[in-house]
Amino acid sequence: MGLEENLPSGVLLTSVEKLVNWTRKSSLWPATFGLACCAIEMMTTGAPRYDLARFGMEVFRASPRQADLMIVAGRVSNKMAPVLRQIYDQMPEPRWVLAMGVCASSGGMFNNYAVVQGVDHVVPVDMYLPGCPPRPEMLMDAILKIHAKIMDEPLGVKRAAELAESGYKTELVPSSIKYAKKK
Amino acid sequence: MPDDTTGTSKESAEPTGGEQSSAEASGADTAAQRAAGGETPRSGEVEQAPVDAEGAEVNRTGVTAEGGTRPAPSRAREGMFGIHGTGDTSGFGGLRLPGYAPAPAERPFGGWFDEFADDFAEALRERGIARGAVQQITIDRGEITFYVQRDAILDLCRTLRDDEGLRFELCSSISGVDYGSADGSGDVVQRLHVVYHLTSLTYRRRIRLEVALDVEDAHVPSVVEVYPTADWHERETWDMFGVVFDGHPALTRILMPDDWDGHPQRKDYPLGGIPVEYKGGAEIPPPDERRSYS
Amino acid sequence: MTEPTPTPAEERRTTEGSVYTVTGGDWDTLIDSDHDDRIVINMGPQHPSTHGVLRLVLELEGETVQQARSVIGYLHTGIEKNCEYRTWTQGVTFVTRMDYLAPLFNEAGYCLGVEKLLGIEVPRRAQQARVLLMELNRIGSHLVCLATGGMELGALTGMTAGFREREEVLHLLEFLTGLRMNHAYIRPGGLSQDFPAGWAEKVTDFIKVMRSRLPDYDKLLTDQPIWRQRLENVGYLPLDGCLALGATGPILRSAGLPWDLRKIEPYSGYEEYDFEVPTATEADCYARYRLRVAEMHESLKIVEQVVKNMEPGPVMVADQKVAWPAQLSVGSDGMGNTLEHVRKIMGQSMESLIHHFKLVTEGFHVPAGQVYSTVESPRGELGFHLVSDGGTRPVRVHVREPSFVNLQTMPAMSEGGMVADVIAAVASIDPVMGGVDR
Repeated sequence: MGLEENLPSGVLLTSVEKLVNWTRKSSLWPATFGLACCAIEMMTTGAPRYDLARFGMEVFRASPRQADLMIVAGRVSNKMAPVLRQIYDQMPEPRWVLAMGVCASSGGMFNNYAVVQGVDHVVPVDMYLPGCPPRPEMLMDAILKIHAKIMDEPLGVKRAAELAESGYKTELVPSSIKYAKKK
Repeated sequence: MPDDTTGTSKESAEPTGGEQSSAEASGADTAAQRAAGGETPRSGEVEQAPVDAEGAEVNRTGVTAEGGTRPAPSRAREGMFGIHGTGDTSGFGGLRLPGYAPAPAERPFGGWFDEFADDFAEALRERGIARGAVQQITIDRGEITFYVQRDAILDLCRTLRDDEGLRFELCSSISGVDYGSADGSGDVVQRLHVVYHLTSLTYRRRIRLEVALDVEDAHVPSVVEVYPTADWHERETWDMFGVVFDGHPALTRILMPDDWDGHPQRKDYPLGGIPVEYKGGAEIPPPDERRSYS
Repeated sequence: MTEPTPTPAEERRTTEGSVYTVTGGDWDTLIDSDHDDRIVINMGPQHPSTHGVLRLVLELEGETVQQARSVIGYLHTGIEKNCEYRTWTQGVTFVTRMDYLAPLFNEAGYCLGVEKLLGIEVPRRAQQARVLLMELNRIGSHLVCLATGGMELGALTGMTAGFREREEVLHLLEFLTGLRMNHAYIRPGGLSQDFPAGWAEKVTDFIKVMRSRLPDYDKLLTDQPIWRQRLENVGYLPLDGCLALGATGPILRSAGLPWDLRKIEPYSGYEEYDFEVPTATEADCYARYRLRVAEMHESLKIVEQVVKNMEPGPVMVADQKVAWPAQLSVGSDGMGNTLEHVRKIMGQSMESLIHHFKLVTEGFHVPAGQVYSTVESPRGELGFHLVSDGGTRPVRVHVREPSFVNLQTMPAMSEGGMVADVIAAVASIDPVMGGVDR
C-alpha cells in the first residue's frame, strides 16, 4: 500500500517536521554561559568522565551566533542580567534556554539586592534544573528532556493547533531506572 | 548626647594606652555597662531592658574625635522568621542585647604588643605625628587594634610601612563596618568604621587600624599612594558603605552596576526587595510580590 | 549586482578621541592617516578565555597592550550581607559558595574565625579532618587551574586530563562529606559529622591513583616546548610588585618569598606535618604553573600523614551550647537524627527539646568583638574579618579574598606585552570570579 512499497531499499519516509526536529535535537550547540559554581559542573559534564559528546553537544560555542541552547549556569547578578539578555538576543532562532541550578531558576538562597530572582525575569526559560549545584548526571537528564521537548516543536501554526488538540507529547527520558514508569 | 558620664573628654589619650587613660576609660566602660543595664554578654543570656531612651540608648561603639571609647547601646532584637509588629510570636522581639564597647588595653599588653607599641610610639615621635593620632589601643583575642584619627591615617600607614622597626609591607584588607541599626534607632554616633588590616612580612605580625566616621561626613584620606593594593579595597568600601576616600585615583563603583542607587551593605539598606528595571521593561518585583508557581 | 558600498562607520567625538561604531568593512577605509593604530577593545564579561565572568578592557597599539583594565562585579552575590541575616552556623552555607573551587577553605577560614570569637578549640580529630579536606581541595583547585589554563592557551588535552583527575578528588570528597561541591561540612566547633566507615582505605587508594597520574602532567605540559614558550617570561611580577599590589599565594611564592600561612601562622595543627613550601625566582607564568604542580605533590604528602596519624575521638566540641546539630547521625530514612535522640528530646526531656529548638532556630550567642582569621587557600591569603555584637548573628562578615586582591596584578603583568599573553597572565593568576565578586 502506498508509496513506501514502491521505494527502493535504503529510503525511509518521515514527516518534514520530524526530520527537522530530529536534526535540531541531535546537534544542539550550547553557548558557554558559565557564571558560578554550576559552570564548573557544566564543564565537568563536557569533560571525559561524563562526556556530553555522546549527545552531540560537546562543542560549547564561544559565539552566540552559532549556538542554539543557552545553559545559564549559576547566579545571575543585576549587573550581569543585561549582558545575558544581549547574548540571548544574538542567538539565532530557534533557541532554547536551560536554567541550571536554583540560583538561575529562582534566585535560590541568595534572596538579596544583588541577584536576579530567577533568570526567567530576563529571558524565557524552557527547562528548570534544580540543585546547588546539580550533578552532571542531572544536567544530562535535563538536556535529554529538552531533546524530547524539541521533538514536539510544531512546524507552523496549523500543526501547533493540531498538536495541542491531540495532546501528543514525546515521552520524557526517565531520570532514573528506579523511578521510571513501569511498562 | 545622653551620656556625659562615659568619659569622652580625654583630649590627650596616650597613644600607647598609658595607665591614666586606660583607667579612666575602663571606668567609662563600667559606666556604660551600667547604663545599658547588663553584664558582659554571655551565650544563652538575654537581657530584658526597658525601651527607655534615657537609660538604654547610649552611643554605639566607636571612638570619638576627642579620644576615648563610645559604649555601645543595648540593641533591640527582632523577632524571628522575619515578622515585624504584632505578628511576632517567637518571643524574641523587643528583647535587648547588652551594650558593648571595646575596652582599652592595659600595660603590660603581653607578647610582642608592648615592644611593638613602644616602637610605634617612638616612630610617630620621630616623624612628628601628634600623639593624639592614636586614640585607643585594644587587645582582644590576641589581636591588637589601634583606633586612630582619620586625618592621620595616611601618615600612620606610611610610618608603619617605612619604619625599620615596623615594616608593614602588606596591606591585607580594607573594609567597612556599619555599627548602626536597620531602623536607624539607637542614635548611633560615628557608626561607620573603616578597618585596615596590615601585615608585616619581616616580623610576621598583624595589626588592625580602625577609623570611626559620621555617616553625614563619611570622608577618609585614601592610602593608595602608600599601599597600591588599597585601590580596589577602597573602591569596594565606597561601593558597599559609601565611604569617600579622598585622594583615590578613581573612586568608582566596583561590584554594583555603575548606575546603582545607595550603598548595599549599610545597615539601613534592605537585604532584598529592590526593584530593578532593565532595558526593555523587564522588572524584578520584590520577593513578596513575586508570581506564584501554581 | 553592484558591490554594496560599505556603510561608513558612525563617528562621534568624545574627550578621549573619536569613537567609531563598526559594523563591517575594511578598517583602512574607516580611518585616515592622522589616526594612530591605538584601539580599545572589550573582552568579556562572557568570553571563554577570561576565566569566568571577568571583563577586560584592553587598549592596544597593534598587538601590544598599552593599558589593561579589569572590570569585575558581574558575579556579585551579596554573600557578606546575607550572612548578617542568618545565624553564625548558617553562615557556613553562604561562605562555601564564594570561591567555588575551594569551598572547604572558605568554610575552614570562617569557622576558625568564629571559634576565635567564641574562644574555643575544636577536638583534635576535627582539626585533622579539616587539614585532610583542605589539602584534597587544594589538589582539586589546582587541577582546575591547570585544566582551564590549558584550555585558554589552546592545550585542550590539559583540560580533559585536569578534569579527569579532578573527578577523582570530587568522588572522594563526596564520599567523605556527602557533596561534590559547596559542602557546608565544616561547622563552627568542628565538623557536621564524622567521616563514614572505610574512609581511610578510600583516601589511600586515592593517593595511589594520584601518585601515578600526577607525573603525567610533567610529560604532557612541563617540558612541552609550546607550553614553555607560551608561559616563560610572560606575566612577570617581581617581589616588590607583589607586595605593593597585595598578591599572595603562588604569585608571591613565584617571586621567591616562601610565604605560606601554613608555615608562618600554623592553624589546625599544620605544624605537625612535614611538607615543603615550593618557591621559584623567575616570577613568571611558568614558575607559577610549576609551583602549582609541586604543591599538589606536597598536599598528597600531607594527606598521607593525616591518614596515618588520625585518631578516633569526637569531631565536635563538647559544649552543648555550641555543638549543633546535636548528635547528628544518619537515621533509617537516610537523613536527620537517630531515633534514640529524637525519642529522648520528644519524650523524656522537655529542656533538651527547647535547647535543640533554640540552637537550631536562634543559634548560639557569640561574645562581642572582632577577629581577623586567615588560612592559606590555593590562591593565597584568605582572610575573614568577623564582627559580633554579642548576638546570634554576625554584625559584619568581610572576606579578604585572594582572587580579588590578586586580580589587581593583571595590568602590571600584561601591560607592554602581547595581547595573547594577557590570557596567559590571567590564567596564571587563577582568579575565581565567585571569590572576586562574592
